[in-house]
Amino acid sequence: MALLSNTAVLLGKELRTEFRSRELLTTTVVFILIVIVLFSFTFEPTSDESRRFGPGLLWLAFLFAASLMLQPCFLREQHNDTLGSLRLSVSDPFAIFLAKLAANTLFLLLTELFLLPLFAMMYNVPVAGVLPWLVLVLVLGSLGISIAGTALSAISAQARMRELLLPLLMLPLLTPILVASTEVTKGLLDRAPYVQWKGIGFLAIFDLVFLTALWLFGEYLLEE
Amino acid sequence: MTPPSFSPTGIRFENIDKRYGGLYGLRRVSLEIAAGECVVLAGRNGSGKTTLLRIAARLARPSSGSVSFVNSRGEKNEALLPAGFVAHATMVYDELTAEENLLLFARLQGIAGPAEHAAKLLREVGLEERRKSLVRTFSRGMRQRVAIARALLNEPAVILLDEPATGLDPQGVSWFAGTIRELRDSGRTILMSLHGESEVSSLATRAIQLDGGSVVADTRTGANFRSILAFANA
Repeated sequence: MALLSNTAVLLGKELRTEFRSRELLTTTVVFILIVIVLFSFTFEPTSDESRRFGPGLLWLAFLFAASLMLQPCFLREQHNDTLGSLRLSVSDPFAIFLAKLAANTLFLLLTELFLLPLFAMMYNVPVAGVLPWLVLVLVLGSLGISIAGTALSAISAQARMRELLLPLLMLPLLTPILVASTEVTKGLLDRAPYVQWKGIGFLAIFDLVFLTALWLFGEYLLEE
Repeated sequence: MTPPSFSPTGIRFENIDKRYGGLYGLRRVSLEIAAGECVVLAGRNGSGKTTLLRIAARLARPSSGSVSFVNSRGEKNEALLPAGFVAHATMVYDELTAEENLLLFARLQGIAGPAEHAAKLLREVGLEERRKSLVRTFSRGMRQRVAIARALLNEPAVILLDEPATGLDPQGVSWFAGTIRELRDSGRTILMSLHGESEVSSLATRAIQLDGGSVVADTRTGANFRSILAFANA
């Protein structure tokens, strides 16, 4: 119970500080917007090309945006050593991770849901008919990115080359998420849409495995 | 300050080593800080003061050895609430108000009646009127007041202070010294490292000097006591 109540309190803090400053959401939305617009202007893809390459572009943009979003996740806890006061206050350090990854997933999903209609419009890909399935892929993919990314953010925040280290660690580790999410999205955006259960299953298992690993070993990532 | 609701508690360091790769931050440190003592840690930069304090706060783990809180009979008590820790860094959120910060940490610690408790502490540190202001708008002295209020939320029996008065103006140091005096007089155990605040170090009942991660002097009286305090004040 203490874990859940601590997580809820910390999640409230994460949401309050972000909605007060809107730093992460603004940066991420603008970044993904730029990628989508630039790609569209540069290649002017046809509808068929969009269905082939669009999902990959979309998930790459989400992944790069997540690496921007996750960078300050633990870094800003170092500014006033607030991570120290959190560790002194919570009964289970996993609550710190749970709150941060929940907030990161939420921010990423908000960004994605905001930009999905724009993507559909600019690339002439209808998404309305498969929206529930798309949301499922977005949730599973974003959760996977956030779980692994939050853990790596805790590691990189303590390193000297912290700004460079997170993307260097995160992008290779999240390649399986990128591939699986892209494949499932590609199936959903096909002219004859289909659900790729294998990919969805893979995403769910990835999330579960990394969440368990974080629960088991997360405490060590916060140690000095 | 509020009348004490804690039980007198001391700190026992047993053969503490802290290694960073091949370097020793602390080397075989054994100390017994009795309940109610007010101890100044002195030493050069890198002598191990901060490391010792962070190990006592359970923010860092020793490479070997152990630290424990003991009651007035010298028995270990693992069920004790965490020590109150104040460092040079404020350990509070600049983007939250003073009140929001205290409410956050009170709720995390499961303190009953967090709003009333936070309001009482803000009154005690003289920030009642600024409770709705963001901490980032505060002066250094006001930030440290919030930091002290945070550290006292769970009414800890042990207070650990790591150069908490650095950067404060003379009025800030005076207020801080007054607060430490009240905490000491209430029977709390205080372990602190200082950086040139004689007004605060004069409250000490014991002085310990560290050098190269080892305890090189430990005294309660005499010329040595005064010379260690003078070192801390330098």
